[in-house]
Amino acid sequence: MSRYVVGRIGQALLVLWAAFTLSFILLQAMPGDAVLIKFLNPEFGLSADQIREIRAAYAIDSGLLVQYANTFANFLQGDFGYSMQAGVPVSAQLATNLPPTLKLAGLGFLAATILAVFIAFLSTMAPFAWLKNLIQSLPSLFISVPVFWLAIMLIQIFSFRLKLVSVINPGPWESVVLPVATLAVPIAAPLAQILIRNIDEIRTRPFVPVARAKGASEIGILWRHVARNAILPVLTIAGVLFGELLAGAVVTETVFGLNGIGGLTEKAVSNQDLSVLQAVVVISAAAFVTINLAVDLAYPLLDPRLRTRNGATA
Amino acid sequence: MSASDKPVLEVRDLNVSYSQRDIRSTVVHGVSFSVNAGEVVALVGESGSGKTSTAQAVIGLLAENGRIESGAIVLNGEDISRWSNARLRNIRGAVVSLVPQDPGNSLNPVATIGEQVREILSIHGRISRREADRRVIELLTHVGLSEPELRAKQYPHELSGGMKQRVLIAIAIALRPALIIADEPTSALDVTVQRRILDLIDDLRRQYGTAVLLVTHDLGVAADRSDKIIVLQGGRIQEQGKTADVLAAPQSAYTRKLLSDAPSLAAAKPRAPIEPGRPAALTISNLVQDFNLPSGKTFRAVDDISFTVPRGTTHAVVGESGSGKTTTIRAIAGFQKPTGGQIRIGDFDVGSLNSKDLRQFRRKVQLVYQNPWASLDPRQTVRAIIEEPLLNFEPVAREERDRRVAAIADRVGLPTTLLSRLPHALSGGQRQRVAIARALVLEPEVVVLDEAVSALDVTVQAQILDLLAELQRDLGLTYVFVSHDLAVVRQIADTVSVLHNGRQVDYGTVEQVFSAASSDYTRELIDAIPGAKFPHADISRHAFSAGPLS
Repeated sequence: MSRYVVGRIGQALLVLWAAFTLSFILLQAMPGDAVLIKFLNPEFGLSADQIREIRAAYAIDSGLLVQYANTFANFLQGDFGYSMQAGVPVSAQLATNLPPTLKLAGLGFLAATILAVFIAFLSTMAPFAWLKNLIQSLPSLFISVPVFWLAIMLIQIFSFRLKLVSVINPGPWESVVLPVATLAVPIAAPLAQILIRNIDEIRTRPFVPVARAKGASEIGILWRHVARNAILPVLTIAGVLFGELLAGAVVTETVFGLNGIGGLTEKAVSNQDLSVLQAVVVISAAAFVTINLAVDLAYPLLDPRLRTRNGATA
Repeated sequence: MSASDKPVLEVRDLNVSYSQRDIRSTVVHGVSFSVNAGEVVALVGESGSGKTSTAQAVIGLLAENGRIESGAIVLNGEDISRWSNARLRNIRGAVVSLVPQDPGNSLNPVATIGEQVREILSIHGRISRREADRRVIELLTHVGLSEPELRAKQYPHELSGGMKQRVLIAIAIALRPALIIADEPTSALDVTVQRRILDLIDDLRRQYGTAVLLVTHDLGVAADRSDKIIVLQGGRIQEQGKTADVLAAPQSAYTRKLLSDAPSLAAAKPRAPIEPGRPAALTISNLVQDFNLPSGKTFRAVDDISFTVPRGTTHAVVGESGSGKTTTIRAIAGFQKPTGGQIRIGDFDVGSLNSKDLRQFRRKVQLVYQNPWASLDPRQTVRAIIEEPLLNFEPVAREERDRRVAAIADRVGLPTTLLSRLPHALSGGQRQRVAIARALVLEPEVVVLDEAVSALDVTVQAQILDLLAELQRDLGLTYVFVSHDLAVVRQIADTVSVLHNGRQVDYGTVEQVFSAASSDYTRELIDAIPGAKFPHADISRHAFSAGPLS
């Protein structure tokens, strides 16, 4: 068991290192660099010598391997370097931008899970075939709605028409509800689809009629027997969908004008702010790897068949 | 047996139908019978006879597209056939309970045994956790599970099939119901386990005076265990009456046919002894097969097995799950290299073949698998399935291939019209004929039949066994017949090996092994064959004209 855990953690670290290295190579391969973009701007009126000095200060012209080794060593110590564009340490930028994104992503994921479970249970308990079909077609609808369009529609309807959610000086609750909804809908769709399919499949297993023969009610069967089995494959997908969540956050934060990793990434991309991009990639990879590691480690807790066997065989 | 006359269950003129794409078809027609307290009534029939639908209707568990069209189901004096699901819930588990068919899949894999036994207690009445736990242990002890406290904490995958069925029986008897429906309770279990489970159901019935409705395809089981037998065919009752009467003097032609086809009931027809001096088609000497376990240890699946099969004869390999019979045939077919010993088939030493020789060797040995539903590619036509082996060796012209496929299909009794069909359009018996044709198209010397008739209904089984015997006679085939069913073995085999935990505990002619087994294990196996209660009537197998059933 512990050997398994150590192995999985080792794998996770390897993935992180690979993400760092690949993103480093890709970012270095881009033509131009942040110094040129920022300081060649005629507004600064810097001479060629001054630019050369700045470049030297950022150690931008030293060899790639040296840069790689330096950056890697710094990352290991939690030093993500300086943002060219903002002129502040990247870690300071992350400190202000990470918490809102984590909050958005966390709430979005929670909302997506609740929505998915709600849809799946509703479709299972639907008394008529047409209602079941209607509910089951909801996820396909959800998944085909573009995030930016959904965001704009939500603002249009709830803020401007119904005036339910204020966009000017919103309260702490008002500022998150629409972004969270925007984020949750596309994530909920695949979760609900898989959950519905699993529930339908698990309901055909022989232990379901056995439970029914005990006199259990349909809700009791769904809760005690079907849901516990149906949730297992959903967990894997949930880990993968977390990546979607990060991608979704970029669009959502931009549309709703929120500060966060999304906004930071967007600015860094347009300015070729390499240190920021490198940090964002590594942070995203770390989040992704952590979630999937957690999913892998949670599996044996939820499915006793994956624990080491020590039972009787007679 | 102390059966009282008051019926616990009375089914009157029951009609059950299923709908499929707007078409409603009736599968149970006017079935009437009754079950008295303390009585075991067997519902016997082949697949599609309506026996399971009848049983499901009684406990209100018909599939979603099924419904009771008309008739009455009177349980303890009340007609429950029109009850709502909510009302039925009160009696399910409490008055009528179920022992299901497939213990392997009938327990929730992610809940503990204790939790699943406790569930039935908490559904039907308030009970404290402590009291419930005490009752769970009591029930698990009662059904003969060792270490009940440990079992309650374990999960289903940590228990064997027989132990799981005991747990399911504990659930079924928890509230002392008036009626237990046992739906093929032992057909997924090994014979010795089957016997112990049936004994347990019998003991509990005697203790509590519970009535049992036993649904089974196995006439031997019905003969041994029931007071009354109801024979169903095509949803209609063919015959019902006291078990002894029905078996001794069957009234309907269908019952007579079932009786004559049931290997456990038919009198063994002695096979002519093998004349000495026949060349050996297959020789296995001191076969040993080890497997590496993830823990680094090795597991010896087959330990020193030797036998010789003369050409044109049948050798049966008998054993329960885990006995090593599958490992043995995998080695014969060249799917794995033996750890020790030698396998000779014709000129080939199977263990020392390189990959090129191994391909040629495959023509000599062909396999027919147990499950005719899973062993055929559902997207290939019957012709393509039978033809495929021919494409794997040196090219054969198209006309020649077509000719050979048509010839072999004809040989195994498949109508030519079926060749362009897909497997799903075929019955189980027809599929197994396709599998046999596929094995024979390469003209092999040895055919390994891995439980090849175990999944078939008795009448179909009898036809396939006849076909196999005929093919052996005409083509001089050598069979290795793997089976858990000693009754079938007695019918078809010349020699037999009995395997137990990887060792060969008995080896000899069928006659020798059945009359004077050298090991206790073999004797236990022979005793466990159901149908022992039924005196072997002098029914010869071909006394009745058989319709095309497969």
